[in-house]
Amino acid sequence: MRHLIIGYSVAAISAIKSIREFDKASEIVVLTDETSVYSRPLISYFLAGQVMKNKLSFIPKDFEEEMKITVRWNTAAKKIDSKKKTVLTADNEIIKYDRLLICTGGVPIKLPIDGYFEDISGIFTFVKLGEVEKLIKYIEKNKIKECVILGAGLIGMKAAEGLLARKIKIRIVEMADRLLANTFDKTASALLEEKLKESGSEFLKETTIKKIISKAKKLEALELSSGKTIKTRLLIMAVGVRPNIELCKGTGVAVNRGIVVNTKMETNIPGVYAAGDVAEGREFLSGENAVIAIWPVAARQGGVAGANMAGKITEYDGMFPMNSVTILGVPSISFGLTNPKTADYQILLSSEGGRYKKIVIKEDRIVGVVLVNAIERAGIFGLLIKQKLDVSALKKQLLLDDFGFLVLPRDFRKHFVTGEGTEV
Amino acid sequence: MKKIVIREEYCLGCRLCEVHCATAHSKSKNIIKTFKSAQGRPLSALVFEEQGYTTFALQCRHCKDAPCIESCLTSAMYKDKHGTVLHDTEKCVGCWMCIMACPFGVIKPDLKEKKVGSKCDFCTGREKPACVEHCPNHAIILKEYR
Repeated sequence: MRHLIIGYSVAAISAIKSIREFDKASEIVVLTDETSVYSRPLISYFLAGQVMKNKLSFIPKDFEEEMKITVRWNTAAKKIDSKKKTVLTADNEIIKYDRLLICTGGVPIKLPIDGYFEDISGIFTFVKLGEVEKLIKYIEKNKIKECVILGAGLIGMKAAEGLLARKIKIRIVEMADRLLANTFDKTASALLEEKLKESGSEFLKETTIKKIISKAKKLEALELSSGKTIKTRLLIMAVGVRPNIELCKGTGVAVNRGIVVNTKMETNIPGVYAAGDVAEGREFLSGENAVIAIWPVAARQGGVAGANMAGKITEYDGMFPMNSVTILGVPSISFGLTNPKTADYQILLSSEGGRYKKIVIKEDRIVGVVLVNAIERAGIFGLLIKQKLDVSALKKQLLLDDFGFLVLPRDFRKHFVTGEGTEV
Repeated sequence: MKKIVIREEYCLGCRLCEVHCATAHSKSKNIIKTFKSAQGRPLSALVFEEQGYTTFALQCRHCKDAPCIESCLTSAMYKDKHGTVLHDTEKCVGCWMCIMACPFGVIKPDLKEKKVGSKCDFCTGREKPACVEHCPNHAIILKEYR
């Protein structure tokens, strides 16, 4: 039997480990368009110069031998034929499979802004290592001292972190009225905005880029929706990623925003699985399918897919979005639904000395949390969301600095503390 | 494998576990010198919880299916062959994914150094974890699990 895996990042790695736990013998082949394994979230640390290229890997050097896998580097997959159970590579090689795992991740979204062409030098995305290496070369060659980042979401803020570490002044252009608008409210954003200002940077909210002005294929300036034109030689396009589903088009594999999978991470085609940023699996809070493009979810989905591929039936009831971001020395962690749009939520707030905590509650259960400059013991909130614990009796304590396990109902905490492990 | 079990009904709240944990993880390993040799207040690798008369110490549960390992971006958090969850400071970049993932909240960040500041290592190298050895009322004990 042959397990074929397309993509070689965290979901694939977890899947391989999981397959080998139950199946030592089957062949495992990996196709990847990259030339090395690297931890994608580390690219901002790499840009900052805090992590060197040879430290970007997150697997042991002998992983391939230990797991007995064949990795085909620089080999992009072009087409899947789910009837014949084959994958066509970019070099027109046909590879057969018995079980297929698609973990092709996400691709940066490029907005069709007036004046934008792929070949203008000075415009970069911030998702893949190759692109970041080009960015570093560009910065060094052109002695870049300032730049514009389009988008103040996670990718934009991670890029900002790396660029600020290189003493590059940044201007962030964002459509919303705050930073990290998916999770942050204005109060949380203000804490970061203050730091940005201190660093000499600028945040242009409720603004978009109307036109990209270039000369001889070199970026020169940007025309903003505010009517202002700003000169710049570097633009980071950080408006988000979308699942990399090209490969599935016309193959019968059901896609929505991402590849639709069930709780076993299997697609509508038996034997074909998907995991990670490309997959659209169950979201825990809503129970509906969603793409949650974060590391821990990719790791777990990959592990679940791998187990099922090896014949060990395993299900995953899904996760909610969560993230940890540190910008300009300000650490923040968020979980779940943090900006509810209807009035049937209760919101607990505390803001003291730059420490901000926000807890969103629905029907006495926590569904969302934002912690800025107050991340100690954050994971307990994740546990409470996942376990849907009734917090009606502990609302007063949730925001206190000594909040901990002791505050939780005795039976609940004993169950977790004495249990063998945990599925959170 | 052996696991640390905490029995809150036996805990006196003396915090000796905390003192001995910090000592065991200090440079000097000497209870008198620990505080002085540490730069600032020494960090113990356990969390001491207290509300009124109820107290207990909570340390890493060394989960079988550890969320901190799964979330770690650099593989700084790992499991050794005994099933102990350990942390490699060299690899840590201080992304705080483990702080986000740990359902017990027992990993402490060192925000200045941008590294995990302390985490229970099951007192690797010692016969018995220091908190277990020094708990006067057996509120922290070792128990064999299959």
